[in-house]
Amino acid sequence: MRALLFALAFLASVAAVTPSANAQTLQSVLQDNAEAVAKPARRTVEAVLAALSAAQLEGVPEFLESWRDRNLWQRNADGLFFVAAEADGGLVLTDLDTGAESRAENTRDFSQIRPNAGVRRVIDAALVQFLLSDPDLNRRLAALDAISRDPAEDQLEPLRASIDGEGNSTVLARKQQLERQLTALYDADPAARITAIEALSGDLSVEVRGILSRILSARDAVAAAIPEGVNVAATLTPGEDFDMATAYARLVDADLAPATVQPADVNAALIARIAEGSVAGVPVATLNTEAARVAAYRTLVAAGEVPPFITPDEREAAIAAHVFYQAYNEPNAEVTAAAEDAQAAIATRLAAGQAADLTLDALSLASIYFLAAVGLAITFGVMGVINMAHGEFIMMGAYTGYVVQLFVPDYTLSILIALPLAFAVTFGAGVAMERLVIRWLYHRPLETLLATFGISIALQQLAKNIFGTQARPLTSPDWLAGAWVINDVVQISYIRIAIFFLALIFLGLILFILKRTRLGLEVRAVTQNPGMAASMGINPDRINMLTFGLGSGIAGIAGVAIGLYAKVTSEMGSDYIVQSFMTVVVGGVGNVWGTLAGATMIGFTQKGIEWFNPSNTLAAQTFMILFVILFIQFRPKGIVALRGRAAGD
Amino acid sequence: MNRKTLLTNLSAAALATAASQAAAQDCTIKVGVLHSLSGTMAISETTLADTMQMLVANQNEAGGVLGCQLEAVVVDPASDWPLFAEKARELLTVHEVDVIFGNWTSVSRKSVLPVIEELNGLLFYPVQYEGEESSRNVFYTGAAPNQQAIPATDYFLEELGVEKFALLGTDYVYPRTTNNILASYLAAKGIAEEDIFVNYTPFGQSDWATIVADVVALGADGKQVGVISTINGDANVGFYKELAAAGVSADDIPVVAFSVGEEELSGLDTSDLVGHLAAWNYFMSADTEANAEFIAAWHAYTGDDTRVTNDPMEAHYIGFNMWVNAVEAAGTAEVDAVREAMYGQEFPNLTGGTAVMLPNHHLAKPVLIGEITADGQFDIISQTSEVDGDAWTDFLPESAVLTSDWKDLGCGMYNTETQTCVQLTSNY
Amino acid sequence: MERSFVARNPSVLWFLLALSIFTIVVTILSEALGLGLMSTSFLKTLGKTLCLCLVAVAMDVVWGYCGILSLGHFAFFGIGGYAVGMWLMYARTEGIVLTSLASAPLPPTPEEVTSAIGTQIFGVVGSSEFPAIWAFSDSLILQLLAVVLVPGLLALVFGWLAFRSRVTGVYLSILTQAMTLALSLYFFQNDTGLRGNNGLSGLQNIPGLESVSQATISLWFFWASALALGLGYVLFAWLVSGKLGSVIRAIRDNEARVRFLGYHVEGYKLFVFTVTAMVAGIAGALYYPQAGIINPAEIAPVASIYLAVWVAIGGRGRLYGAIIGAALVSLMSSWFTGGSAPDINLGIYVVKWTDWWLVLLGLTFVAVTLFFPKGIGGLFDRLVRNPDGGAR
Repeated sequence: MRALLFALAFLASVAAVTPSANAQTLQSVLQDNAEAVAKPARRTVEAVLAALSAAQLEGVPEFLESWRDRNLWQRNADGLFFVAAEADGGLVLTDLDTGAESRAENTRDFSQIRPNAGVRRVIDAALVQFLLSDPDLNRRLAALDAISRDPAEDQLEPLRASIDGEGNSTVLARKQQLERQLTALYDADPAARITAIEALSGDLSVEVRGILSRILSARDAVAAAIPEGVNVAATLTPGEDFDMATAYARLVDADLAPATVQPADVNAALIARIAEGSVAGVPVATLNTEAARVAAYRTLVAAGEVPPFITPDEREAAIAAHVFYQAYNEPNAEVTAAAEDAQAAIATRLAAGQAADLTLDALSLASIYFLAAVGLAITFGVMGVINMAHGEFIMMGAYTGYVVQLFVPDYTLSILIALPLAFAVTFGAGVAMERLVIRWLYHRPLETLLATFGISIALQQLAKNIFGTQARPLTSPDWLAGAWVINDVVQISYIRIAIFFLALIFLGLILFILKRTRLGLEVRAVTQNPGMAASMGINPDRINMLTFGLGSGIAGIAGVAIGLYAKVTSEMGSDYIVQSFMTVVVGGVGNVWGTLAGATMIGFTQKGIEWFNPSNTLAAQTFMILFVILFIQFRPKGIVALRGRAAGD
Repeated sequence: MNRKTLLTNLSAAALATAASQAAAQDCTIKVGVLHSLSGTMAISETTLADTMQMLVANQNEAGGVLGCQLEAVVVDPASDWPLFAEKARELLTVHEVDVIFGNWTSVSRKSVLPVIEELNGLLFYPVQYEGEESSRNVFYTGAAPNQQAIPATDYFLEELGVEKFALLGTDYVYPRTTNNILASYLAAKGIAEEDIFVNYTPFGQSDWATIVADVVALGADGKQVGVISTINGDANVGFYKELAAAGVSADDIPVVAFSVGEEELSGLDTSDLVGHLAAWNYFMSADTEANAEFIAAWHAYTGDDTRVTNDPMEAHYIGFNMWVNAVEAAGTAEVDAVREAMYGQEFPNLTGGTAVMLPNHHLAKPVLIGEITADGQFDIISQTSEVDGDAWTDFLPESAVLTSDWKDLGCGMYNTETQTCVQLTSNY
Repeated sequence: MERSFVARNPSVLWFLLALSIFTIVVTILSEALGLGLMSTSFLKTLGKTLCLCLVAVAMDVVWGYCGILSLGHFAFFGIGGYAVGMWLMYARTEGIVLTSLASAPLPPTPEEVTSAIGTQIFGVVGSSEFPAIWAFSDSLILQLLAVVLVPGLLALVFGWLAFRSRVTGVYLSILTQAMTLALSLYFFQNDTGLRGNNGLSGLQNIPGLESVSQATISLWFFWASALALGLGYVLFAWLVSGKLGSVIRAIRDNEARVRFLGYHVEGYKLFVFTVTAMVAGIAGALYYPQAGIINPAEIAPVASIYLAVWVAIGGRGRLYGAIIGAALVSLMSSWFTGGSAPDINLGIYVVKWTDWWLVLLGLTFVAVTLFFPKGIGGLFDRLVRNPDGGAR
């Protein structure tokens, strides 16, 4: 591979001057390797590249790009290759050698050649040196990406050569960065490597950490004594770093000690020696315990027929006679020492970065829970109405967003339309539900729970009937795609940031409405004492209706937001309903700040548990709910408990 | 209303009047269709129920089987696992069907197994699954792990040079078993235990930020990372969205999925997912005459030319046609005779080549790996020759010694070490 | 205490009479012992319905009489099913393993037997270790005890915590729902050792009864379910007609006043909560061997809400109401979603019941809550004018 790349580089310089004199054409070289060109694999593609460079032909980089970009087609009839483009149902073919264009009507007569990602990567690596100084900025960046993905020793020289002529400052910075990394890995001069490694310290990127890990890659080894010239990373103590059984197994693997006799070996030895219903004088029928089998095996050992068990003393002695250590693959101790220092410098920042990232994730989760629950904070928290269909209002909001996107293809515009429309739709649904059902049940809260559950299953099934059970796409506009990347460790997607701010806006809005507006005053009055409020000229019916509509409308907007970051299905509401109620209850009913506290606590608790056990998210959810249940036992009124009269009963 | 509802209603009407027709055509052969038409699995299974009705209708147009008309008996187990057992019993005892095509989830299959075995029914199961099973009364037309997971992992190792694996899955039996097999397979390939990251999430998981960050962080030791995803259903939507938001391209960290097909992608904007992978035995984009015909028939039947086709549909297509040929060969639709005639049945795949029914009740099928394209389809970049489905995986010590051969050994769980049949009926 | 229990509760006799007649009719129609007019699958449905009626009666006592809207009783039902299912799976697998190991060259050691059983049961979910939770699965008696003790203990601990903190009303409902969610997620995890989403299956095959046909076993389970329902009904009727019944109804109507009267309200509530949980466990233990499979989806929160729905539709505060509700709604559900209900052709649109049944059920439910708060049982009362039945 390496030699081949040099050959290609050489070829690039020579081919430009001397037109190739030999009889080989590109087509003929490809035909010689037809199988490997038509069905390229990572391991076979290098042979093709080698053949191409050996032939010293013009236009190889262009051909490689066509090949990589799937513009190469093979004619089924005679196996000839063409660069081709699909047009008007047919193909426009370009001859590889003459460049002559022709047209083929039936694409079935040709097979498109599709190199897989691994092959494309090898081709990219081979193309690096041609593209590093390409006039096209994107191609230069692509070449740099290829280096960063597969750093290789032979890329160092072309990279260095290309730095001088680089005009674009971004690309230049990137080139210098990669040059440092390659220097750290491959430079022949240890001093240069150490300087480069020191320059890398403090960089949190995955790339740099990868470089350092490569330099510090080590292998486990065991020997009677550590051989000369080995760059030792650590000496290990059996019994502390790993248990004695593992230590002995390593000795066995290294052929430094005889293998232990396993239960399976005992069984096999016994079975092999069964004769007339007994083994070594023991009747087979009695061999139905481990102990009996071991005893029988010992008889065989005594007869010298099978290898003996290894005694604990023998094991200890064998282990004591050897040194277990880890050796760096990098022979130069100074380089590894510098890399270790750099890694240690990164480690502290890395831990801080990971904590920050986890905090961001937790904040984001909390804001999602808050957004899902804030509508409930009004309907349940302020009005005391249990609305099991709250989740379905979230779903309705999300589907509203989906329907809007069907009609308005521009994603930014569609979101701007969808947000108020979702509010309107769910506001209407909420008002209708309050008028038709809930107002008859204000004095029967448990039955509200059941009636709204009925509405919930009806709405869910209705959504299935209308939209089908398949998840529907709700796509965020481009400016919300991607993530805010602080560094490779701390990053958060824009959509989550948007949800976070949406949650903040709602918090402010609801606080404002409840505390600063006439409506809020009336809402609080009606909730605390409907009779008295009515006698003051407030119409409780109207207020209840509006409040419920407001809570439902907010659920609709939450639905659009949740649909944007996750999925839109008829069942999305039921994913959030239990958590939402818990959020409100944990936070303290009747208080929007409480809901905020509840969401924050649940979000952070869940992320905290996930951090302890990253491989099982399901367990984290289970323990989070258990935690909430226990929390409510000890603080039944929630985190922010209302006191005095406002607390009601 | 589109034509699909009309047709399903016609068949429902046919079902209702089945009793009165029985006298007129007493050689009707009944085909049970046991797919959920409601509940959470309806999304995937309704398509298969429609596929079966299309296949039956087309077969009847072509003259039926043994000169008899086929009749599809469609019941709805409503994604309720105990109900699967109840409906299977109803199909076999009340409707007296000769064969059942059905099930999607493993748990529904395990629910149906005891009933099918007790009443000696015949079930064609069309979905890729975790293996470790071979029932006398079930033909598995979907992929076993060695026909999907293992080749995909080989592709990662060989072609993409992946050195570090993230096995992400939904917490249920298929991902658990598959990941177990893969962990053991990767160990045999020299991948160290610490280079395998495993995570299980609940069904419908939507909060993927932390997990994606964990996966990205795996690359910190300079090794190429690859994700093997057995994430199920709509949880994929959030996962791929988060992946795209984090800027993880297929070139950085390729993801190969075993449960994401054309249907699942229709819920997503795939422009950010181009290049990520899926492994199946069939892709809609396969460029063959047979596939073009099948897609055309499907579009004509549903009256909707945007409907996609997928792997389990092909499995039903192969299974149904093999069953028809086996009935013709046996001269009867009686279960035991058909079962004997099934072994060695051959039928052309939609992707080219020929599927063969093996004595272990699994198919030999080619394995395809596709890259996601911007239009929600797959670009086929690798297609193997036919791979024999393996009921008991070779990569777990307990099942490596097991084999299934209903033709010669007459046993679905045969211990080759002790040369004994462990069990004749399944242990569910 | 002047009149006898039966005299005060004539409905108990009527119910027992109806149940006996029903049992006899079903037996006569059954495949195993009778005319064979009723398919085994329908017999199983009826047997399962009786178990659902039993758990509905328990729900009625805890909600309709004591005013605790528990959204967790179906979880107790599921736990009962799991407890008995573990023995069924273990014993069945042990039989298979012993037969298979009998032909091995060496007689099996106990460790080998355990490991082979573990591989068979847990191999499918990628493990062969026996989880600690299965420690008693080899003993039928211990697992049967677990059917009542585990739900009982769980209800006791949960109830003690919740009632002690004076969590009441809708808060308690939400808390019980959270408990149910946590339980179903817990059962869902593979690491729990209960085979995760696959659950326990093949439960209809009873170890030791391999030679008995499913038609016969189903009939036996039907009888057992009928017997359990009869006993449960009598037990609860007796409980609610005595002093305890008066106190818990008083708690339902005004908890604070009862407390001021000097009653230990928490104790009463805890007793009712725990006893009904235990009965729910028994109902589950009878249900799942008929259903054949239990998995965590069975105990999802929504199942417990449905239980409350049945009771509300049937009529709270009267035991037969719960039975009417459970039987009616569950049988109608299976009829409507079973594909046998005729579709309604409206000309422009065809109403398919598989699609619209849940919509109808949901709306019915709203209507019942709004217009018939006493449920179907309330209609009964109006006809019979039973002085004892009134709930409020």
